Amino acid sequence: MRLSNAIRASRFWPMLSKEFIQMRRDRLTLGMMVVIPAVQLMLFGYAIRTEVRHLPAVVLDRSNSSESRALVSTLRNTGNFDVVEYVADRHALEDRIRRGSARAAFVIPPEFMRDIKRGRTAQAQVIVDAADPLASSAAIAAASQAGQYRALQMVRASSPRVIPLDLRVRPWYNPSLRSSAYIVPGMVGILLMMTLVPIASMAVVRERERGTLEQLVVTPISRTSLMLGKLVPFVLVAYVQMTVVLLLGKLLFDIPIRGSLVLLYAVTLTYVIANLALGLLVSARARTQVQAMQLGMFFILPNILLSGFMFPRDAMPVVAQWIGLLIPLTYYLELVRGILLKANGIAYVWPDVLVLALFGVVLMTVATRQFSKTIE
Amino acid sequence: MTVTAAIHTRALRKVFGALVAVDALDLDVARGEVFGLLGPNGSGKTTTIRMLCGLLAPTSGEAVVVGLDVRREAEALRSRIGYMSQRFGLYDDLTVYENLRFYATVYGLHGEERRARLESLLQDRGLAPRRDQLAGTLSGGWKQRLALACATAHEPPLLFLDEPTAGVDPASRRRFWELIHDLAHAGTTVLVTTHYMDEAERCDRLAFLSRGRLIAQGTPTEITTQFGKPSVEDVFIDLQLQDEGREVGT
Repeated sequence: MRLSNAIRASRFWPMLSKEFIQMRRDRLTLGMMVVIPAVQLMLFGYAIRTEVRHLPAVVLDRSNSSESRALVSTLRNTGNFDVVEYVADRHALEDRIRRGSARAAFVIPPEFMRDIKRGRTAQAQVIVDAADPLASSAAIAAASQAGQYRALQMVRASSPRVIPLDLRVRPWYNPSLRSSAYIVPGMVGILLMMTLVPIASMAVVRERERGTLEQLVVTPISRTSLMLGKLVPFVLVAYVQMTVVLLLGKLLFDIPIRGSLVLLYAVTLTYVIANLALGLLVSARARTQVQAMQLGMFFILPNILLSGFMFPRDAMPVVAQWIGLLIPLTYYLELVRGILLKANGIAYVWPDVLVLALFGVVLMTVATRQFSKTIE
Repeated sequence: MTVTAAIHTRALRKVFGALVAVDALDLDVARGEVFGLLGPNGSGKTTTIRMLCGLLAPTSGEAVVVGLDVRREAEALRSRIGYMSQRFGLYDDLTVYENLRFYATVYGLHGEERRARLESLLQDRGLAPRRDQLAGTLSGGWKQRLALACATAHEPPLLFLDEPTAGVDPASRRRFWELIHDLAHAGTTVLVTTHYMDEAERCDRLAFLSRGRLIAQGTPTEITTQFGKPSVEDVFIDLQLQDEGREVGT
């Protein structure tokens, strides 16, 4: 009873309902909040796809037999490899990969055909340049699958007692390879940040630009209600966005969803709060909506580069790794990938949740202070 | 005596770093009075209003507004005053009715009381035909009328108007002043700042601020007599020239 009176006295509800009316009326922004993540996801998703498909590959075929040619053609048929050259020796192979003219190589030893004929396990190797984990992961997956597929075909034709083909896939340069479904879960974090920070900051700056903030501060509305009323609708926006990305990720890119979605949605709140606080901080600095937009954009590049979204953090210089620790996205990426890909439960993700919650509390406190200062 | 005053200040002072924005301000505004606060830009009008609204804490001095101390009772004060500035503070993407309802709710009205108050505001202020029009599509005069309706939704005993008629056509300005006098007759105290001298002459009493100090206070007639000028406008221009002269001198 007391609480509800306090909420009524703080004038939170009129602020909230006003925000929703305004949001509903601003069709363009509303549309953008849903369409932009979808478009971004497809751009990122498909750009990454086209990159991992058609990796230029060289072939070192020392067997030069019908079986070796069949294996090469199975690998080609995955669509992940384009055979660009047949090389004569190991030295030439390494040279092509080192120079980057080939990103993959198939190595088939001279005894390949002989082993098959004698009913022994024939060995072959696929080497993938894994310096870029994004580009290589799908190729590696495809190669392993192609190997299994070919082995299955061969089992039918020969005796089933031994495994006829052992196709070893070896990632080069980056043996601790990341999963193929790495990017889409990360997109959830990137897109939330890319929309929440600018949108939250612009919403506040717009009130200031139009003089309505000046009007609001002389009303009995409390500072907290003013802020919460502005920010709470964006929590809803964030969840809609996240759902869009996950749905599209599932439908278009078939990302695995191995962990608990309930857990993911629950812990995402900490990340959303941290980003809204960042938006509020930006709004305290920015005088105009354009400035707010630019300042918001300023956050995006370090986030993409240092959080581990694109490049593995382990491969970064120490200083970059330290800076990365100051970015909420870094922890959220761990969280979202852990839950979606590794089916991590709360027992595994709580440290990240804790850090994100800390970010949220600290940033929100600073932002509230700044905000109160600027309206006086 | 001071208890019944709408605004009562003594030695009010506000300092921003090295700048003394308002100094030694003694202001007395009686209930139901239309009080004009005049002065060139930078004379401390806005700082004074912000202190009287409880937005800015005075550096020193005393200020009691509608019986409330601006320092200690700022929260309570905010629901007992109305405020309107030249920027109007309207939401362009809300309709006339939605703007009104929002401010009425923020001022603590709800249920049947709110509905009745909104209906009477729409009727009395002639806003009823535009009830569902987006505020952004209104002309300047209508926006001004709506802004005033929003600022008085809770029937405050004291209304602050900070250059409320800047950029509004003369016919709308006249109608607006008729509204202000209606409010004053009904018992609302109005403190208004303006650069239009014809408006200043329509105030019951005036105060001139220059460089944060009160340099004259009284009815328009008292002020013209005091300065020996034919009109308030002449007094104002004279004061401003003096002000600028000093600025050049320093």
